Amino acid sequence: MTRTFTLLASVAALACAPSPLVAQTTDLGEPLAEGGEVETTGTQASGEDAEGGLTFTVTDESDWSDIGVAIPAFATDRNRPTPASTDGTEALGREIARVITANLRNNGLFKPVGPDSLPQPDFSQITSPAWGSWSGRGAEMLVHGYVRARDDEKLVVGCYLYDVALKDELIREGWVVRPADWRRAAHKCSDLIYARLTGEDPFFDSRIAYIAETGPKDNRVKRLAVMDSDGANHRFITLGSATALTPRYSPDYSKILYLSYVDGNPRIYVYDIGSGRQQLVTENANPTLAPRWSPDGRHILYSMAVAGNTDIYRVPVTGGTPERLTSAPGIDIAGSYSPDGSKIVFESDRSGAQQCYVMDADGTNQRRISFFGGRCATPEWSPRGDQIAFTRIAGDFNVAVMTPSGGSMRVLTRGWQDEAPTWAPNGRIIQFFRTARNSGRSSLWQVDLTGRNERRLPTPVDASDPAWGPIRP
Amino acid sequence: MNISLSRCAAAALVTSSLALAACSKEAPEELPPAPAETSAPTDTRPAPTPTGPTVGTQEHFADAVGSSTTVYFDTDRYNIDSQDAAALQAQAQYFARYPQVNFTIEGHADERGTREYNLALGERRANAAKNYLVSLGVSPDRIRTVSYGKERPVALASTPEAWARNRRAASVVIN
Repeated sequence: MTRTFTLLASVAALACAPSPLVAQTTDLGEPLAEGGEVETTGTQASGEDAEGGLTFTVTDESDWSDIGVAIPAFATDRNRPTPASTDGTEALGREIARVITANLRNNGLFKPVGPDSLPQPDFSQITSPAWGSWSGRGAEMLVHGYVRARDDEKLVVGCYLYDVALKDELIREGWVVRPADWRRAAHKCSDLIYARLTGEDPFFDSRIAYIAETGPKDNRVKRLAVMDSDGANHRFITLGSATALTPRYSPDYSKILYLSYVDGNPRIYVYDIGSGRQQLVTENANPTLAPRWSPDGRHILYSMAVAGNTDIYRVPVTGGTPERLTSAPGIDIAGSYSPDGSKIVFESDRSGAQQCYVMDADGTNQRRISFFGGRCATPEWSPRGDQIAFTRIAGDFNVAVMTPSGGSMRVLTRGWQDEAPTWAPNGRIIQFFRTARNSGRSSLWQVDLTGRNERRLPTPVDASDPAWGPIRP
Repeated sequence: MNISLSRCAAAALVTSSLALAACSKEAPEELPPAPAETSAPTDTRPAPTPTGPTVGTQEHFADAVGSSTTVYFDTDRYNIDSQDAAALQAQAQYFARYPQVNFTIEGHADERGTREYNLALGERRANAAKNYLVSLGVSPDRIRTVSYGKERPVALASTPEAWARNRRAASVVIN
């Protein structure tokens, strides 16, 4: 008798309401390997850190986009085998310089010249550049660096930035990384150069979660995937049997919020990167949509549809009772916190069409901010706090920015359907996805705040819903 | 929970026995030889009992209500117009006649909306259709709703005609 009942119950569960335990594991791949730590270290050579920076002020990318930067291969004290490169530390040094060159070039900010067309300095020249050979090459800035494999296999990478005309060192830094994390050292060096030359915060050493898309338009497979900011270290997290959408990295990169149809309904899950497990953001029969983290990573903002009406809720990551923040009839969705956590920008169609609104974090003081014609959707508050990026719908769909009070609206892109902006950690670059007319093919793009530097990000397959994480610790 | 579980269990049993019944009607791999052409025109034997789709299948539902399995919406709207009302009345009659049939209403949007908003819009459309059916006497316990937003288009072009076909709430029999 007991046995019969058990059988019935399990049949029922399969047929009607898959239990969360069953549902949670059906579309997940193997957990990702945990990332290693990057330790900042003193650089090998002596010398005092230059203070003070450059004397010009950056007002626009065009002011410094012509700066030539020479990035020859990083030297090594002794060519040793390393798990990071079958050809040893010397080849790895060249590869690091290539990664830095690609970073600086791809973002349209500088004119970098890479190791494949430059002489290779030897180890002793890293701290005392051969000025004569560089000043004749037209590069204003010179990057030197070295790679050293320690006996414990960890790599020490040093990075130096020189002003060729001044024959002076501008900044230096060094890092100790596991061999598997060698690209992070290249990104840290890119960030050091970028931050020093622009006065902006860094952004290269960061990761992106997104949705990888394959298959025909009426049967698209949509998988959760992650990659470095330059597209390297790409991994799929879900297997593709259930549609996955709208991921968001947690501020500490330990978790990813995303929507999955794994139990047949659109629901938000919290995926734990270390364990490879996930759980529902809230135990509830209703669809949950549009997940976002609070800046401190302690709360989750999401929308829930109840009997067709969608409102914004907030729940602690540790669980507990969700708090409802909006109650207007209509669709209130896509809430995004200001970087200090005190305010939330969101979209609502309470006026009859999608427009953007700001409210205090407790849901009070709701007021519309978008009054420039067209519709305002998917607002994302910049990590700097000074801008809100959004999808502007006015015929075509384009990525635009405005101030938090709705002023100074500027359209940055010109695609047929560009949507879902996400900010670089430094608030200077925006990624979004572009859908092609008719074919429905989707791809990731990024654009700077001038709108002039736009480029497509390389992804193994079609891609949508990018979510840029913060600078890695 | 217990109630819904036992309902589910019952539904699962009904469904599986229907599935078995359906299976037993599958054509054998070796088909009998075709009847001779010559005898057909003069044959006056009574027609065999029609063997249409089984109750509890989408095919049976579609045979009964025709194109009324799906209702369509204007851009960014979810109201039930007179055409939708007629279609939903046909659905309600069907579901009144076959009270053992449960179904899902799938809400969809066209591609010309943002992804998250369209998920909410599809949910709203599915619920609008559900509420109308409930007002016609269909028990809400028999109706599941799910939104697919713009993720599952049926018309693939990027034209106003295709978008109109994709803005829909489709009733699908659970089997």
